[in-house]
Amino acid sequence: MLNGISNEAFVMGCSALAAGMAVFTGVGPGIGQGFAAGKAAEAVGRQPEAKGDIIQTMLLGQAVAETTGIYGLVVAMILLFVQPLLASL
Amino acid sequence: MKRGITFNLSGKEVWIHESLVSSWMVVIVITILALYINKKVKQTDPTEKPKGVVHIVEVLVTGVESLITQVMGSENLHFGPYMLSLGLFLAFANLWGLLGFMPPTADYNVTLALALVTFMLIHVFSFKTKGALGYFKQFGEPIPILLPINILGEIAAPISLSFRLFGNILAGALIMGLVYQGLKNISVFLIPIVAAPLHAYFDVFSGLLQTFIFLMLSMSYIKNNLGE
Repeated sequence: MLNGISNEAFVMGCSALAAGMAVFTGVGPGIGQGFAAGKAAEAVGRQPEAKGDIIQTMLLGQAVAETTGIYGLVVAMILLFVQPLLASL
Repeated sequence: MKRGITFNLSGKEVWIHESLVSSWMVVIVITILALYINKKVKQTDPTEKPKGVVHIVEVLVTGVESLITQVMGSENLHFGPYMLSLGLFLAFANLWGLLGFMPPTADYNVTLALALVTFMLIHVFSFKTKGALGYFKQFGEPIPILLPINILGEIAAPISLSFRLFGNILAGALIMGLVYQGLKNISVFLIPIVAAPLHAYFDVFSGLLQTFIFLMLSMSYIKNNLGE
């Protein structure tokens, strides 16, 4: 092992790094949600009377687009709190 | 650390998990409300304008019914009671964090159970309306070699449904916990100023939005798998 670092500390540090990388999935939903919001703004500009329906559709689509980001978040949570990698030492 | 209730039963330690305790508390609150509203509704005169709590309940019921007519068609209105009770449970459970507890939906067991109920509904009603032959035939569509992919697609529905709710609520609860911890180190007087808007977003907005999404997706999953 590296000098002065125990195996546990090394695995914990790597888990923290991996958790940080896993939440990077948030970039994709961010772009997608912003795109959906932009399109919804365009739609409201074109048809202001359908604002309620547009907002409802936009929120539903955004929440579904968020799912991939949530998966990354769940992976990060598992790495940080359940620590499955420590068990295999 | 064991959060929840622990007690000794003839020498053995019994642990009731926090999410179980708060789920039961949510159910008890909803039951008491339901009994109270039932009494109120029976007393009201149907020819007069509804007021007070009866009015709120009427808005809720008509809202859910119009949502079902919109998504599933008016012939499927018998799903209304299930959808409204699911929505009430989810709304109360997601708002439970406002009282300072961990919301029960921040536990994967609770959300997986709810998603499995929807999964059972999807397949039972699919089987009922399509018949045995039509039900099994749909997994071999459009060509039989796609059978494993179709089965995987069916299994993915409850998983994505439950993980979406779980991840959102857990993330909100964790961020609120971190904010409280951090603010305590700076100054106690900052907590009401900073935490209130965050509660409004993470608990009220996010929680109610996820409730709505869960209902909408349950409805459209059930509708998509119904036969003619």
